[in-house]
Amino acid sequence: GYFSETQVKPSPKETKRQLCLSLSLSISVSSLHSLSLYPMDAHVAQLQMQYRNYILSLYQQGFLDDQFTELKSLQDDGTPDFVAEVLSLFFDDCVKLVGNMARALDQTGTVDFSQVGANVHQLKGSSSSVGAKRVKGLCINFKELCEAKNYEGCVRCLQQVDIEYKTLKAKLQDMFNLEKQIVQAGGIVPQVDIN
Amino acid sequence: MMEVCNCIEPQWPADELLMKYQYISDFFIAVAYFSIPLELIYFVKKSAVFPYRWVLVQFGAFIVLCGATHLINLWTFTTNSRTVALVMTTAKVLTAVVSCATALMLVHIIPDLLSVKTRELFLKNKAAELDREMGLIRTQEETGRHVRMLTHEIRSTLDRHTILKTTLVELGRTLALEECALWMPTRTGLELQLSYTLRQQHPVEYTVPIQLPVINQVFGTSRAVKISPNSPVARLRPVSGKYLLGEVVAVRVPLLHLSNFQINDWPELSTKRYALMVLMLPSDSARQWHVHELELVEVVADQVAVALSHAAILEESMRARDLLMEQNVALDIARREAETAIRARNDFLAVMNHEMRTPMHAIIALSSLLQETELTPEQRLMVETVLKSSSLLATLMNDVLDLSRLEDGSLQLELGTFNLHTLFREVLNLIKPIAVVKKLPITLNLAPDLPEFVVGDEKRLMQIILNIVGNAVKFSKQGSISVTALVTKSDNRAPPDFFVVPTGSHFYLRVKVKDLGAGINPQDIPKLFTKFAQTQSLATRSSGGSGLGLAISKRFVNLMEGNIWIESEGVGKGCTAIFDVKLGISNESKQSGIPKVPANPQHVNFAGLKVLVMDENGVSRMVTKGLLVHLGCEVATVSSSEECLRVVSHEHRVVFMDVCTPGVENYQIALRIHEKFTKRHQRPLLVALTGNTDKSTKERCMSFGLDGVLLKPVSLDNMRNVLSDLLEHRVLYEAM
Repeated sequence: GYFSETQVKPSPKETKRQLCLSLSLSISVSSLHSLSLYPMDAHVAQLQMQYRNYILSLYQQGFLDDQFTELKSLQDDGTPDFVAEVLSLFFDDCVKLVGNMARALDQTGTVDFSQVGANVHQLKGSSSSVGAKRVKGLCINFKELCEAKNYEGCVRCLQQVDIEYKTLKAKLQDMFNLEKQIVQAGGIVPQVDIN
Repeated sequence: MMEVCNCIEPQWPADELLMKYQYISDFFIAVAYFSIPLELIYFVKKSAVFPYRWVLVQFGAFIVLCGATHLINLWTFTTNSRTVALVMTTAKVLTAVVSCATALMLVHIIPDLLSVKTRELFLKNKAAELDREMGLIRTQEETGRHVRMLTHEIRSTLDRHTILKTTLVELGRTLALEECALWMPTRTGLELQLSYTLRQQHPVEYTVPIQLPVINQVFGTSRAVKISPNSPVARLRPVSGKYLLGEVVAVRVPLLHLSNFQINDWPELSTKRYALMVLMLPSDSARQWHVHELELVEVVADQVAVALSHAAILEESMRARDLLMEQNVALDIARREAETAIRARNDFLAVMNHEMRTPMHAIIALSSLLQETELTPEQRLMVETVLKSSSLLATLMNDVLDLSRLEDGSLQLELGTFNLHTLFREVLNLIKPIAVVKKLPITLNLAPDLPEFVVGDEKRLMQIILNIVGNAVKFSKQGSISVTALVTKSDNRAPPDFFVVPTGSHFYLRVKVKDLGAGINPQDIPKLFTKFAQTQSLATRSSGGSGLGLAISKRFVNLMEGNIWIESEGVGKGCTAIFDVKLGISNESKQSGIPKVPANPQHVNFAGLKVLVMDENGVSRMVTKGLLVHLGCEVATVSSSEECLRVVSHEHRVVFMDVCTPGVENYQIALRIHEKFTKRHQRPLLVALTGNTDKSTKERCMSFGLDGVLLKPVSLDNMRNVLSDLLEHRVLYEAM
């Protein structure tokens, strides 16, 4: 066309990867589109409705907040797996930090609350970056408990954090599966407007 | 004949001999009288056409009765009884009746019979006439058959020689000729040459001049003309005295096709060329030329003309086709050679360009570096000259490469959105130093309706304007230079083959550069845009320039679907260079660029902006990076302050540092960065990412020399606004 779009790529390798990803995605999407028939459209609509409801429920139940929306908005054709990557990094971080905290709290003798606090601070930062609302809320409580050096409270809170992030992980996995189903059925993943 | 025999006489003693003779004669007469009707009946029966049967019957009766009387006479000689007398009387009476009736009848019949005779004569004449006509028609039909056969023979081939030979052979056969010859006009047309003969196998190369009276006579009419056997064209065989030469006929054969006819000093051109066909009857046959034979000859001559013209046309087309094939082959070879040459030139250019650029860069780079060092004034002057010359050389190389790429058509415009007003100002800023030195005031007039943000190839447009304005400055010794830019609709000042049609999202920019300098001879104007051509005198030639500038500008203008031309009143009267180019209008405001898919808004200002993100938390580091990448920045990440100090350079425009972790160390980085970059314009902007933005945090950030604060987690819009404000004002204290 007359207008050429100039995009800035961070690095050639990144460019290539992004290009490949976007190309493969667009090809798969378009080919799936071409395969779609009328019965499939109804199926796609049903899946999309399911997805929308699921996402809304996650927000309503407080699992996710606005930051997650921001995160999703950063994902585009150039970075199609951005959210997935960030989330996997976050959950790895969770595993690591929870492990650290567990070890710190398991120590016989004096518990190094400052270390626990540092880990909690990290987890709080991470969870707030990805929009894991419940986890962040728990982290704030945890932080207070650490400052108060409440051992039982910390242990309990840690358990809650453990449960919470695993639950969130499962839920987000379901969400991704739904997305994949929609794409396979030839539809587009809908943008869910929370407000 | 009838005679009343009065034989009743008294019986006298007659002479015995006389009696006897009478007796015999009567007998014979009776016999004759009886036999004649028999014969008549017999022959009439045989003829079966005779219409007068009744008359014959009458006649027969008459004769019979006459015979009967004579017969009865035989008895009267001896006895004269009453019965005999009765019979005699009866017979005589009957005879009288019949003969009178017959006489009366004959009055009617004899004229009829006579007329039959005349009719018979008439019919015989008619039959003879018809016979004659039949003979004529037959000969004509035969002639036609001959002509058809001849034509078929002649037209069955397209070979000229075969046609002519066949004609002569067939004519000779049909008309039983002794000799048949064809005289063709020579190339010059001044003579007739004996080309073909029937009997002689190898005709002698025998020519007669074309202007002979007998030949003119034959050529003057389309009919076959009888000529004298002694005329030069008819003397084809060695003449032997004792033979009476047969009649000779000549006819013209029009040659309907003008072959390669060299008109050297031929004063008048005869529009029609004829060949001469001469036909000779056998010598001692005393045969004459009949009309139908002459007609046959004329028809044949016409057919031969047609056949010859076809043959000639065929020859011509075959020749043309062969020529075309040769030319095709030659063109193919030439094309391949040209392609090879172009390829070789491109390879050469590419290689040479690279080879030349490398030392060029070295020279320019090192000269620039040298300029930065301590130099004496003379040294500085020298270095500046070196720099100027080498940049000129670099420009020349670029020009040459550009031009060759332009000519190949491999150059494509790089479109983008840019500020048109700024472009003009930049060009003027570039030219101003030289203009000031030469004391030439430059004025820029931008039309009020000139769009500010346009879509086009910014670099090349600048190149064009620079070239034109540069030329104006170069070739003016005094006066002023005015640059005018406006939006043009269809203007009658444009060259007639160029029509300006403003479309919806595009417009045509017209730039006029007017100077009062040397001017150009109107005759030289067309040559201006050709490569390497220079029209200036030696005096102005020293100002440099390769002559490629205008040629390249013209190519660029053409690529932009525009037109460029120069108007000048003459030498010393200055000149105006005008060009139109097609540009697109940018709909967006200054902040965002071309409208895009909503999920990916880009800001042209952020494109390629190098930033550094420092965050200990992997996840938030990744999120921040993703955000900035989304905005189009080039993001580098570090996870510790030491790493940050190591990595940060003057290339980074902004550094985002996470100051969430409790402690003051993070703010130390800001100080260290301030120390590292002494010159203010080289220091990157510092933005803190923090979890709370109360007043104390802000004050602390300010005190440590941070340029901005951002609340985590950062939203896309926030980041965008912050970056824009930062880059615009270089300082910001963020609102939530």
